[in-house]
Amino acid sequence: MTQHTNIAKTTAETLPAERTRSGRCYRPNVDIMELADELLVVADVPGASGEDIDVKFEDGQLTIHAHVPQRQPEDTQYLLYEYGVGDYYRTFEVSEAIDSDKITAEYADGVLTLHLPKAEASKPRKIAVKT
Amino acid sequence: MTWGYRNWWLPFQSLREEMDRLLAATWPTFADRLMPVFVRGQPLMNVWEKDDAVMVEMELPGVKSEQLDISVVGNELSVKVDQPDTAKEGVTYHRRERPVGKFTRVVRLPTEVDAGRVEAELRNGVLTITLPKSEKAKPRRITVAAAS
Repeated sequence: MTQHTNIAKTTAETLPAERTRSGRCYRPNVDIMELADELLVVADVPGASGEDIDVKFEDGQLTIHAHVPQRQPEDTQYLLYEYGVGDYYRTFEVSEAIDSDKITAEYADGVLTLHLPKAEASKPRKIAVKT
Repeated sequence: MTWGYRNWWLPFQSLREEMDRLLAATWPTFADRLMPVFVRGQPLMNVWEKDDAVMVEMELPGVKSEQLDISVVGNELSVKVDQPDTAKEGVTYHRRERPVGKFTRVVRLPTEVDAGRVEAELRNGVLTITLPKSEKAKPRRITVAAAS
């Protein structure tokens, strides 16, 4: 078996409208979970620090943009170079009605967790059946 | 299919399932022994060299230091990650791309290193391992004495 590098970082397919910085932009891996009262978005953005992450929610579009500074000088001679370092960018269309004022975000160990609470109207409601 | 690093594994997964099925049909315990949970994928790694050390960097978002097992034997570095699946019951996943599970990466280093002074730092999901070169592997400047 030859050596496989099997989790190649994907370059972001949708770039922010205008980028003033050069360099690559990657698409973070995400888990999206639907809970009873919220949508949970978990994104891998290693190398970013909390204050360098922009999260926007506008017109049902959730945008994650994490600035990741280069960690090594540009002229580093790599013996093994399997991934590049660059910003993370990804947009999601959120169809669910979200209470945008109550969106919260946490960042720890390179993982960004977003809580998108569902708006009252879209929460599941149990209807009691009268007998 | 809920494992990480799935894409690469897919064809092998179906092959393995097929073999498991065949073996299990004839000799159930043998199948288990022959096919342990082996490497499901490899996390990516960047390696570069400094004058006095070999540097290894890996992006391991969400991995805690206690889930890491780093060891150096001779000139081989091995990094084991055991990130348990935190999937909750009864939760609908719309996307599941983040890798979980166990994986091991072994890499042969270009020079001999001083295993006793290896340092590893995990910061914002990035693991950086500094492997100081052993004395005899360090570059030495030879001064040329000018013959008069």
